[in-house]
Parts: sequence; C-alpha cells; structure tokens
Amino acid sequence: MGRTPTGQTRLDKSRRRWEEETLAPSWKRFPPRLPEFTSISGHPIQALYGPDDLEDFDPEQELGFPGEPPYTRGIHPSMYRGRLWTMRQFSGFGTAADTNRRFLYLLQQGQTGLSVAFDLPTLMGLDSDHPTAAGEIGKCGVAVDTLADMEVLFRDIDLEAISTSMTINCPAAVIWAMFLAHAEKSGYSWTNLRGTLQNDILKEYIAQKEWIYPPHPSMRLVTDTIAFATRNVPQWNSVSISGYHIREAGSTALQELAFTLRDGIEYVEAAIRGGLQVDDFAPRLSFFFNAHNDFFEEVAKYRAARKVWYRVMTERFGCKDPRSCVLRFHAQTAGCSLTAQQPHNNIVRTAIQALAAILGGTQSLHTNSMDETYALPTEQAATIALRSQQILATESEVANTVDPLAGSYFVEKLTRELEKGCWDYFEKIDAMGGMVAAIERCYPQKEILDAAYRYQQAVERGEKVIVGVNRFVADEERPIDTLSIESGVADKQLDGLHRVKSSRDGLAVQRSLAELRRAAATDRNLMPFLLSCVKAYATLGEVCEELKQVFGAYEEPVF
Amino acid sequence: MSENPIRVLVAKPGLDGHDRGAKIIARALRDAGMEVIYSGLRQSPEQIVNAALQEDVNCIGLSILSGAHNVILPRITGLLREKKLDDVLVVAGGIIPDQDIPKLKACGISEIFLPGTSTQTIIKYILENCRAAPV
Repeated sequence: MGRTPTGQTRLDKSRRRWEEETLAPSWKRFPPRLPEFTSISGHPIQALYGPDDLEDFDPEQELGFPGEPPYTRGIHPSMYRGRLWTMRQFSGFGTAADTNRRFLYLLQQGQTGLSVAFDLPTLMGLDSDHPTAAGEIGKCGVAVDTLADMEVLFRDIDLEAISTSMTINCPAAVIWAMFLAHAEKSGYSWTNLRGTLQNDILKEYIAQKEWIYPPHPSMRLVTDTIAFATRNVPQWNSVSISGYHIREAGSTALQELAFTLRDGIEYVEAAIRGGLQVDDFAPRLSFFFNAHNDFFEEVAKYRAARKVWYRVMTERFGCKDPRSCVLRFHAQTAGCSLTAQQPHNNIVRTAIQALAAILGGTQSLHTNSMDETYALPTEQAATIALRSQQILATESEVANTVDPLAGSYFVEKLTRELEKGCWDYFEKIDAMGGMVAAIERCYPQKEILDAAYRYQQAVERGEKVIVGVNRFVADEERPIDTLSIESGVADKQLDGLHRVKSSRDGLAVQRSLAELRRAAATDRNLMPFLLSCVKAYATLGEVCEELKQVFGAYEEPVF
Repeated sequence: MSENPIRVLVAKPGLDGHDRGAKIIARALRDAGMEVIYSGLRQSPEQIVNAALQEDVNCIGLSILSGAHNVILPRITGLLREKKLDDVLVVAGGIIPDQDIPKLKACGISEIFLPGTSTQTIIKYILENCRAAPV
C-alpha cells in the first residue's frame, strides 16, 4: 500500500485511540465470550484486523493478477467466469458392475468427472481371495483384481470425453497399467486421456497408512509413473500430492499445507534425480487439499499454497515453464468433521466447507454425503452432496468474481502467516535431510498426532464446539437409512476372479511376472513390464507380491 | 492404589489405516493411568488374541473403520472364548452402522463407541466394567 512512516504512525495512533475510547468500554457491557479466540487449528485470531496488520503489503507483489505469478489470486485469469470447477464425486462400492452403474447415474445427474474409490484389499494391493480380504471386499470402494474388472468398471464410459481420477497409492502403478491397457484395448489414444492418479506414497507413511514397500522403492515406482506419463500420457496428472489425509489424521491447517508441499518438493527432487527435466513433468503434478470447518483459515490456506509453490518451483527448482509453477488442486470437504449425531447437520457443514474451497479457487471439488459417518453414501445422500455444489455454483452467485476475499485484512494476514509457517516447516524438514528422512524418524507423524490430541482435548473441555456432540445435543437420535453392501458382492467378486484365473494363459502370466521381477532389480522403468503383466490378466495381488520379493515390505516404526 | 493398573490392548483389525482414533484413545487411557499396548495396524484376529494372551490384558479396545466389523469382530470374540479369555472386556469403536450393533453385542462386544464419543466416556466405561487384577 506504500504507506509512509507518517501514515503508519497515524494508523497506529488511530487504532490505539479506537481501542481505548470505543472498544474498551464495550468490553464492560459485553465481556469476551471466550478467554481466547483461535482458529480450529489453534492459531490465535485477533478481534480486528486492519491495514496496520499488513506491514509492507504490496498487492502487486503478493497478489499479482489471476493467472499470473505468484498466483495468489488463482491460476486462471477468469477463474469460474470461464469455466466452473469440476464437480467430481468420489464413488465406488461392490463389484465393478455396481460401481459402473453408479458412475453412469452420476454422469446423468450432471457430474462432470469421475473419481474411483477402491476397496481396501485393492488399496493394499491384495486380491479378493487373500485371507485378509474377508469381510472387506467391495466395502469401502470397488474391488479390482484384474484387467477384467477394469473393463467392466469403465463400460460405456467415453474415456476421452471424461476425466478420471483414481484414488490409489501403494499399488497405483499397477492399477494405472490396468486403466491404460483397458483404454488401449477400447481404441482410445493415451495422448487424449485425461485424469489423475493419486500415487502419493509419502502421505501414506505420514497419515493414511496404506503401504506395501519401504519408502525408497515406493518412490521409485512414483518416479517411474511420472516418467511414463511425461512421455506417453501427457495430459495425465501423475501424482496428486495430498494434504487431505494428513488433515483427516488430525493435523492443523498449517501442517497440512507444509507437509503436502514438502512432499511435493520430495517428488520433484526424486524425478530430477531420475533424469527428468523439471519443466517436462512439473506441469502434471497436482494437489489435493482438505476443506475443513474454519472458513477463513481454509481460504487462506489455498491462497498461501499457490504462492509458496510458485516460489518453490521458480527459486528452488529454477522452472522456466509457467505451467510448472502453478498449483492446481482438488478439494474434498472434511470427512472427519462429520458427526454421527444429528447427521442431517452434515449437509450444512459440507456446504460451508465447499464454499471455502470455491472461494479459495479450487479446480475440482468433492462434497461429502451426510451419512458417511455410518457407511458409504446412499444414492439420495450422494445426490444432495452433488446438489450442494450445484446450488453454490448456480444460485449463490459466488462464482461471479475472482478471489473475492482478496484485500480482506484478515484473509491477507492469515495467508501471510500460513506462508511463513510453511517456510519454517520446510527449513526443519530440509535440516532432517528431506521428507523421507523425516518420515523415517516419525517427525510428521508425531506432529500430527500431537495436534489431533490437542484438538480432542479442546473438544472434551468444550473449548471447541461440535454441534450435536458437545453442544446442542439431541435427547433422542432418529436413525437414518444407510447403504449396506450385500454379502453376495464378495461371492460375485470371487467367482469373477476364479473365472479369470482359469481362463487366462498361465504361461504368459508367469513369463510377464518373471520379466517384471528381473526389471525391478535394475533401474529400468517398470511401467512397460506392468502393462505386460496386466494385459496377460495377472492379478493385482500377484504383481504386488512379485515386486515385494525384490522391494521388501515396510514396517512402521513405533512412535 | 490398591489395585494394579488396568491393562488395555488397543488393536486395529481390518485393512484400513485410520489410526487417529486408536492412537488418541491409547494416549487418553495412558493419561488416565492405564497400561496400554497398541497393536499397530492391520492385525488379524489371531494376532490380536495372541497379543491379549501374552500381554495378559484386562480389556481389548478394537478400532475398525473399514466396514468389515461384522466378519472380523465375531471372529475375535470367538477366538477369545476358545482361549478361555472370556473375562477380558471387549469394546469397539469406528464406523459401525446402528443396525449392526445388536449382533455385535450378542457375540460378546460389551460396548460400541460411535464417532463423537469422548475419551472420558470410554475411560469411565472401562473403569466401571473392567476389574484389574488385585495386588
């Protein structure tokens, strides 16, 4: 704002005058409701923010213009005036046929992108007939054992017309190979495929805890997919660097921001070490953040994320391509904020969270369903969740102007504070030798657990309120309808798997697995080998087990 | 104290990795003076029951958010009966729909704590229902 020192003094003086003459007497009539006001992350919040809170604030430098560095105001010049965010509801349950029906329904209802939820055995790289899969098949998502399931999952879906996101991590390369094999067999060109592979193994060690291999070979699988996407599937987002799960595990907004971006740095460094040029792959890195309850903190978090990433990519990695420096992200409303008590209130929570993501400039959005503290959503609950986005997009008029909260003293101050906190965390993690080293000493894991425990205690003391849980509790809870996955799903899935196993060319499977294993022991890119395996209808479990023989298994350190 | 502290095994059966709840409960029980053993993730019913036996626990707290509770929890209580560990108090928490609760209680889960339960409620329940071994 280019204030002169005299201007600054005048502001300080008038603020002090206001505090003494106007504010102080009012405390006598209305004492503060709380001893301390903090964000949901425990960050102190002042009663008022003014120009004096933004020392040396230079909008040209700190905000720039939308679509221009440092991208604080958004990555597109016109943001939602040109094109709304993608409404991408995460869904999957039962068999591939069940989920395919839900996909077709959601597309018919106006959803504009697909996002696949896999069941836990699939997420862990296990086949449905593995002993530990009992009771888990098709429960949290769709079961995919072989290419045959992938073919059914995307039946009648035009893969060049719709973009597909796949939430899968430790076996991501294998599942992606199945998707690419299906696309190829169906006559789609890989160069026209658009979508995202979550493929973010670092946040698995940090928060979501679905892993197979130790960090180093896991990072190699990630860099292999980055390199393969760069050369063969150029419109594909090879990694969706995710803060969502970090936040769900109980982190603060700042920890979510800092650990996620530091994970991003780790992937960029690994890919560069693998021989790639940063500007060849960095434009296809994308991000995934949580949209939690604290509205302003969340908006500030997204704005700070873009600003920090821009500086990281230009200053730390010397990127020349502007597309390498823009942080594109998907947001999902906070599952951990939903309550089992008075579940209809979750619709309201989700709408507020979604609004924060929109005003923070998200590229795509998933809104949770109100019944998800009980089970996967019913069709009705999933429809309300999608409608909430549609109401925000079309009725509320919030999408009319770009970055509408810019210039708010409060939001700009919070954005700065989060940015600063983020650099501080980077410094600490760099000093430890990077994120893999930090994970090995459980640094982010401990930070998150401490934050989660602090929040839980604040809730139990009533300092942080959860409506229906520690305030405004209902005497009687009326149960809601929930979706149950019929037990027949497991039998159907197992039948399908056995049919594939008995009809495939067993010799071709053995040969492809042996070649994969040999390649895994070298530093060759594994994607072509994985493609051969899945095309021979090797199962997900067989492929992951083969790699485990070379890579070993991860054991979580005790902390 | 006239009694030894209550020993609790906090265990994570099922394939999900959501350990926020389990770890918070483990810390809260410890803060309340109990001795807590945390199993780590993805433990099979056999592993959990063996750990309960070896650690000589008074209580097992099972945390499961994967949806496999109807299959896994009865297996654990069945194995406990086989090993004559019927006197161990078994409680569970996680994503468990209301309609599944009666069946789970019938198979030997004493109490199911749903999302939003305070750690104090859980501590109180364990203290009231679990008799620690006298000195």
